Amino acid sequence: MAHYLTKRILGAVPVFFGITLIVFFMMNMAPGTIADAAGGGEASSAAMRAALEANLGLDQPIVIRYILWMKSVLTGDLGNSYRTGQPVLRMIAQRVAPSLILTGTGVVLAILIGVTLGILAAWKPGSRWSRLASGLTLFSFSAPGFFLCLILIYVFSVKLGWLPAAGMYTSGMGGSLGDLIRHLVLPASVVCLGSLGNLIRQTTSACSEVLGEDYIRTARAKGLSEWAVLWKHAFRTALIPVLTTILNHIPHIIGGSMVVERIFGWPGMGSLLFTSVSSRDYTVIMGITAVVAVAVLLTGILMDLVYRLADPGVGWGGEDR
Amino acid sequence: MKKTRYPALTRFLADKRGMACLIFLCLEVLLLLLLPLILNQDPNLTDKTAGFWSAPGPGHLLGTDDVGRDIFARLLYGGRVSLLVGYSTALLSALLGVPLGLMAGYKGGKWEYWIMRACDTFQAFPSIILVLCLVSLLGPSVWNIILVMGVLGWSSIARLVYGSTLSVKEKEYVEASRALGASDKDILLRTILPNVVAPVWAALPMKVVRAILWESSLSFLGVGLRTPQASWGNLMQNAMELVTLTTRPWAWIPPGLCIVATVFALLLFSESLRKAMNPRDRL
Repeated sequence: MAHYLTKRILGAVPVFFGITLIVFFMMNMAPGTIADAAGGGEASSAAMRAALEANLGLDQPIVIRYILWMKSVLTGDLGNSYRTGQPVLRMIAQRVAPSLILTGTGVVLAILIGVTLGILAAWKPGSRWSRLASGLTLFSFSAPGFFLCLILIYVFSVKLGWLPAAGMYTSGMGGSLGDLIRHLVLPASVVCLGSLGNLIRQTTSACSEVLGEDYIRTARAKGLSEWAVLWKHAFRTALIPVLTTILNHIPHIIGGSMVVERIFGWPGMGSLLFTSVSSRDYTVIMGITAVVAVAVLLTGILMDLVYRLADPGVGWGGEDR
Repeated sequence: MKKTRYPALTRFLADKRGMACLIFLCLEVLLLLLLPLILNQDPNLTDKTAGFWSAPGPGHLLGTDDVGRDIFARLLYGGRVSLLVGYSTALLSALLGVPLGLMAGYKGGKWEYWIMRACDTFQAFPSIILVLCLVSLLGPSVWNIILVMGVLGWSSIARLVYGSTLSVKEKEYVEASRALGASDKDILLRTILPNVVAPVWAALPMKVVRAILWESSLSFLGVGLRTPQASWGNLMQNAMELVTLTTRPWAWIPPGLCIVATVFALLLFSESLRKAMNPRDRL
């Protein structure tokens, strides 16, 4: 297992370099640099721009800049924001917890609802549960996240006035847990709905396959209760496709919650990314890229471990993922 | 069922739901192309008599927007743009992904290694971040958005084609055509390609769905297409203002429903295609 883990981590390293390299080169292909924005537009002379660019290290060739950047990243320094001058690491660190709270709540909810509904739908095809499951799946696939956000805000914040439409805490309220939950309900539901469809679909297909197997008939024949059949056999088997689904969708989930964060004014990494992109704050964009890349790769490895523990059939052997 | 030359096509034609979706999608394209010609309304023209934010009425089916432009006309022109982005993006992704997947699967060796590592890299990262950065750098034009999303969408298609190429190239009929002296190019194009495109057909509508959803999300958030260029996403941007959100639902609900309906039809269509191609697969 230790061998497998080492191999998996070593496999992730080139992917990390690949991602950061792509984004870094993209950022630098852009016409116009931060010097244009920071120098105050037309008034800035060519000399001033050159001085500013030299100061920020922008006069170096791009490869050198990437190497310098990577070197400081490896020592834990993501540089300073062009826009605010703060250390990027600190700016991102403040945003990690809110992002985790939002995405985590959404995904956990999706797993709970998705797996339960998926099992029920496989258990009684054609029942009310199964219709609810396929309806929710289609809804989850076809409703654009931002439209859903608007509808939820329209109904629950504007018309009914039950829940707040923006932010993480009511300002000046001290930030209690209850307040956080009230702010969390709407955005987390959108994140949840975004991954619900896939989960229901994978669970249903895995479970209905299992429920048709001979050993299930044996289990029923020997008088096991339906509950025991579902819990002991169907659920265990369902775990694996659920893990695979989540494993394959981590980047997608992170991307989706960025849009949600932006609309609900949630103070997470997604909101920070949107502000940084529109103000061309390259160090922050690169910092977020690096952090997200590490997060995605680490979660992938972690889920893969859990997956292999859950399914003894998948060995620790040589096959390369 | 009697044997035909194209069993998948026959099965698809017999699938009522899939056909209904296909007809809906075709009608939608036709309507969006023809209606503006018939109604002859300019989506960028300010109507001075109706004024800003006039309510829906006979002159303006969905009223006018914040600068007095007809919302219905903008809905039609926006639909053209959204669908153009959706379909062209999927096409571009397929044009890149299919050959790369074929080469990786058929040639093996270095081709396989580099193409598949690139696939891993692209799939390990939320592409919406790359799309967001690239679009804001290249400038938010329709063609740039198609280019960026299309190019970034290659990896999932390449992986699909790669997987099926691996299994197809071991088949006897490939051996046979090689034994008959066919060149690599002939084998790839005439023997392998027709046998690996089936999953791509079913994946393409999903690509269109994703492109439409991304374009509209980005345009909605103000980082995609911007006015005066209309798109279903940026038509809904006005709803970020509380007054429009609460008092003028006709301005933002119709474009949202158009997106939902289109995406819904594409999903069901893709499902029917998949069923027609693998009759044994239930999901």
